[in-house]
Amino acid sequence: MSANVMTMPQRERTWELPSRGHVAMFALIVAESAIFVIFVVAYLFYLGKSLTGPTPKQVLEAPIFYSICLLSSSITIHLAVKALRAGDIRTFRAWWFGTIALGAAFLYGTAHEWHRLIYKDGLTISTNLFGTTYYSLVGLHGFHVIVGLICLSTVMAFALLGDVQQQHTYRVDVLSLYWHFVDVVWVVVFTVVYIIGR
Amino acid sequence: MSTDSIALPGSYEASRPLVDRLHEWVTTVDHKRLGILYILFALFFLVVGGIEATIMRIQLIRPQNDFVSPEVFNRMFTMHGTTMIFFVAMPLVFGFANYLVPLMIGARDMAFPRLNAFSFWLSAFGGLLLYFSLVGANGLYGAGNAPDVGWFAYAPLTAQTFSRGHSTDFWTLAVLVSGFGSIGTAINILTTILCLRCPGMKLGKMPLLAWLNLVMAGLVLLAIGPLTAAQIMLSLDRYLGAHFFDTQAGGSAVIWMHFFWIFGHPEVYILVIPAFAVVSEIIPVFSRKAMFGYPIMVAATVAIGFLSMAVWAHHMFTVGMSSNANTFFVLSTMAIGVPTGIKIFNWLATMWGGKIHFQAPMLFCIAFLFQFLIAGLTGIMLSAAPFDWQLGNSYFVVAHFHYVIVGGILFALFGAFYYWFPKMTGRMYDETVGKLHFWLFVIGFHLTFDFMHVPGLLGMPRRIYTYEPGRGWDTWNLIVTIGVFFQGLSILIFVGNLLWSRVKGKHSGSDPWDAWTLEWTTSSPPPAYNFATIPTVKSRRPLWDLKHPEDPDWKYE
Repeated sequence: MSANVMTMPQRERTWELPSRGHVAMFALIVAESAIFVIFVVAYLFYLGKSLTGPTPKQVLEAPIFYSICLLSSSITIHLAVKALRAGDIRTFRAWWFGTIALGAAFLYGTAHEWHRLIYKDGLTISTNLFGTTYYSLVGLHGFHVIVGLICLSTVMAFALLGDVQQQHTYRVDVLSLYWHFVDVVWVVVFTVVYIIGR
Repeated sequence: MSTDSIALPGSYEASRPLVDRLHEWVTTVDHKRLGILYILFALFFLVVGGIEATIMRIQLIRPQNDFVSPEVFNRMFTMHGTTMIFFVAMPLVFGFANYLVPLMIGARDMAFPRLNAFSFWLSAFGGLLLYFSLVGANGLYGAGNAPDVGWFAYAPLTAQTFSRGHSTDFWTLAVLVSGFGSIGTAINILTTILCLRCPGMKLGKMPLLAWLNLVMAGLVLLAIGPLTAAQIMLSLDRYLGAHFFDTQAGGSAVIWMHFFWIFGHPEVYILVIPAFAVVSEIIPVFSRKAMFGYPIMVAATVAIGFLSMAVWAHHMFTVGMSSNANTFFVLSTMAIGVPTGIKIFNWLATMWGGKIHFQAPMLFCIAFLFQFLIAGLTGIMLSAAPFDWQLGNSYFVVAHFHYVIVGGILFALFGAFYYWFPKMTGRMYDETVGKLHFWLFVIGFHLTFDFMHVPGLLGMPRRIYTYEPGRGWDTWNLIVTIGVFFQGLSILIFVGNLLWSRVKGKHSGSDPWDAWTLEWTTSSPPPAYNFATIPTVKSRRPLWDLKHPEDPDWKYE
């Protein structure tokens, strides 16, 4: 053997594991998805099986504007997290507030639609199978929007008190995953209720 | 409270007032204490559920018995099933996972200790809700007491029309609340295993117990959701007049069955995979050999996990599905036999040529192997749709699934109790009494559940509160009931052994079994922080490497 054999330096591999916040949020999303899948299946299974009216064709109108509100809130929350990661608290607050406003607008849209359905069209959860499946599926999603808004508002309150700093990006990022999930679910619900369902 | 007592060294624990110590247990977020709380909670309900089973068996000991009324009998089988699945089996599984997973992967606690405590108390509250129905469900019309709709609560029995009062609501809420607890714990276990392993412990170097609990947690996430959804729908039906399961308004009673069993069948694997996990730890240690076929074992578990999501409707052959659906569920159910068979051969191959120590944990695992095999074989019989049409809803089915749950899962968990009791308490259990428990339980189990197959084959349906004499069922039912008393006695011996050994048992030291996984490096019981320094591992048996530096495992893995 030659004298100038080089021993390759053993590269010290650091021990890296996935972040627990993200893993846990993904796990929660899987569990929530299973719940939504069952409600979606029930909706599709009972399509056209109502014994009495009103039918989806007669009373449903696609809430295009409010859907755009909710979906664009995914973009604003992404921009908010990006701003926080860069340490720009002022921009973060602005985008975060925008996200809450868009989510609230969506909720207003749902409330408005339900008010019309209940008082004008006489459709309640006990009217027929369409009412049963419609209110439970859209309601379950609305419930998730409400929970999301409560979480977002809590962060907003802390942000206004000056307690959200750059080092909290990780936590805010995990929360944003949940919000994205709520938006993706709406895409599915919208497709099922307002496109396939009519 | 006396303030003048002097805390002697070593008696600190005992010297503090009881209220303080209780307060510590109630507010704890330590995974070991929560694990023990889960286990004690389950043991309590094991006794309660066992008493309910005994009441049913006394009623059936002879034809036309009138020990309890038909209404009480219905409540007993509903409470027995719900209690045993949701408040015994699940908490036992979670309790052991909680206690062992962080210790075995070299972590100081679960990923989310407070979520852990929250999940436990949710489950405990669920159990309380279920039993509160005994006093609280006397709602409208004076009807109803404990739930009496069966543990799978088929529609339309659960509709307001047929289930007056609030007993079914208590059942729904209890299952719903404990389901949230289960999801919380599953998220915690999954995250702990993926994110908190000690340096060097790649996924392929984890103890099998961690691997199998990872699959279990994944299954909980997928399976509890449908149950939660179905319970929400049932509540909407009962409270808001929705029509999900209301056939009068076009709803479907069959879809409840689908939703329930989409949860219900994976649930069997949620319970049995942790039992597999326990067996996969105990058999190698008591055979003095490394686990045979570790990668195949992991692959078979993952395969079982996937397959278990696609077999639910084999509970519904007698409902009348299309022949395509029947064929699919027959084949998928039979397919599960393949990875399960692989596991059985792996355990046998681990024992083959080993130096087997026949102590209580190993005895329970050997009985598990034998009984789980028979349970699997009757399962294959029932998976054939024509056979199931003949015997569905008979005592043959009852015998089959008790063979799985008692003969398989409970036996493995008894093994786990004895194996980890020294770690949890620092004391050794009494081996002779442990063996007595084993043999009495084996006798009782086989008297009850072997002979229960026969009246099923002779046409005795499940859930009947009495039967006519002269159908050829009498003697079999008598034998079945006699077996129950052997089981009851052996459970009392088991609990007595644990209590006595907790106080008077010999000190066990940190590693009484000369075992190979990380929990045995800590003191018994382990300190609150588990490991003073986080260990680094190089193989699947880190303690073997430590004890045999001349021939470590990592050279071969």
